[in-house]
Amino acid sequence: MAVLKTETLLLRLEQDIVRVRQIARQWAVEVGLSLVDQTKLVTAASELARNTVIYGGGGEVILEALNDNNRRGLRLTFVDQGPGIPDIALALKDGYTTGAGMGLGLGGAKRLVNEFDIASRMGEGTRVCITKWK
Amino acid sequence: MEHIPILKMGDFLLVSIQVDMHDRLALTLQDDLTERIVQTHPKGVLIDISSLEIVDSFIGRMFGNIAAMARVLDADTVVVGMQPAVAITLVELGLSLTGVRTALNVEKGMALLQNGSADRESHNGRPED
Amino acid sequence: MSRESVSKLPEILRKYERELLADWMEQQLASPTLRRDLIKDADLHTQSQEFLNLFREATQKGSLVDTSDSYWEKVRDFLEPLSRSRAEHGFTPLETATFVFSLKQPLFDRLRKEHGRDTEGLAEDLWSTSVLLDKLGLYTTEMFQKSREAIIGRQQQELLELSTPVVLLWEGVLALPLIGTLDSARTQVVMENLLQRIVETGSSIAIIDITGVPTVDTLVAQHLLKTVAAARLMGADCIISGIRPQIAQTIVHLGVNLGDITTKASLAAAFAVALQRAGLTVQKRAGNEPPNAR
Repeated sequence: MAVLKTETLLLRLEQDIVRVRQIARQWAVEVGLSLVDQTKLVTAASELARNTVIYGGGGEVILEALNDNNRRGLRLTFVDQGPGIPDIALALKDGYTTGAGMGLGLGGAKRLVNEFDIASRMGEGTRVCITKWK
Repeated sequence: MEHIPILKMGDFLLVSIQVDMHDRLALTLQDDLTERIVQTHPKGVLIDISSLEIVDSFIGRMFGNIAAMARVLDADTVVVGMQPAVAITLVELGLSLTGVRTALNVEKGMALLQNGSADRESHNGRPED
Repeated sequence: MSRESVSKLPEILRKYERELLADWMEQQLASPTLRRDLIKDADLHTQSQEFLNLFREATQKGSLVDTSDSYWEKVRDFLEPLSRSRAEHGFTPLETATFVFSLKQPLFDRLRKEHGRDTEGLAEDLWSTSVLLDKLGLYTTEMFQKSREAIIGRQQQELLELSTPVVLLWEGVLALPLIGTLDSARTQVVMENLLQRIVETGSSIAIIDITGVPTVDTLVAQHLLKTVAAARLMGADCIISGIRPQIAQTIVHLGVNLGDITTKASLAAAFAVALQRAGLTVQKRAGNEPPNAR
């Protein structure tokens, strides 16, 4: 599998969330995702970017355009050195999306993409990686 | 500070969201609308999102908050013009937008508001067949 | 064993190119797989000449066992469009590969003459030449397959578009009569199309009729439910009609919850409901009066 291009964006302020949406949209268009798939990816990116900024204390997102045997895709990795997620399984459950609670949006974001990976350590940080294929 | 314009049309307030809102702008809109509703006592609030290409859980909750707050002040809220891709994504996201009525466009949304909503339930309520 | 001292293939291609071409053409024209209806003799001659030329060039410097190296690129670049064209014109994979395989006989005849009494050298050369042409022949088959798949893909797309039209039954009332088995991919495309039409026509009611659908599995049922939910979010309502007893059983069996989605046995019944919701009634004209009376 080849990485055709990569870019890293800082996620410090909430304006950065909008920026990630815009850039993720551009990349999604370039990769050739359908309109619905673009929307799903950008929405997932928005959720995860917000988590990074608000709960992760800031971090960055690494965008990668992929080519796997002529199948094109887009991978976004969100990294922060924040407090970490205490119970990932719980965070992935749906109550977190619709409720008035923390709204980590993880469970929902997972359904919007093809591949979803999360690793988190208390006191060390969180890393979420999502991939959408054409 | 930026504000999204709120128009008064007779007994109704109209908001058209044309920009990709950052979180603070969305919260400002919430506050501005609350203030205008208290000031003008409208029958209803119509929010046009036909230009909105992304609605994530934050924006979704904003709509829910606006509708709930308008309800307390005795006004209905209708969100109109949701794009198909957005609707499909929201369903997948699991966001149900309870308490928010929806219509296809401004015309239908106004008709909904003008007929008044006897039922204060979520937009899942429907007339009997 | 160095290739220069053993293989006589590059040499005979240099010395006897014209003769080889003539022999090869004779071979092809006598073959039972010749398709005079699909290709003119003159065109076949031009193609054969071109191929032989490129083949000769490649053998001079390129590997005599590995056709994927850079010296063979021109040959591959020639064979790919040739295979694609054959596929599009209706040749079979065998007929296409025979173009390459039929070169064996003329080459073998020449090699036999050149090697004379050197039976070991001849055996080596016959084997390696055969393998070489096998690889190229198989390459044409691979390219043939790829282009066939592309054609099928295009046809599938066209069929998809033809078979699921969204119909405007009345102002504000859409109908989507689904026919045939639904797979996940098709259902998704069809549903996205429906939502788009809802926006375009401003229809607040969409009737999804599944009379023509023999079976529904969990995935398809879920897509249907998601579409109804999405339409609701947009401000339109869906009615599902034509649920046959078998499908009703499947739905119950799968534990799929239709919630408060309206369902009707027939498209007609669904249409009646739609009209009612739109505040319309259909009235029968009194007596047998022509419309323009009075």
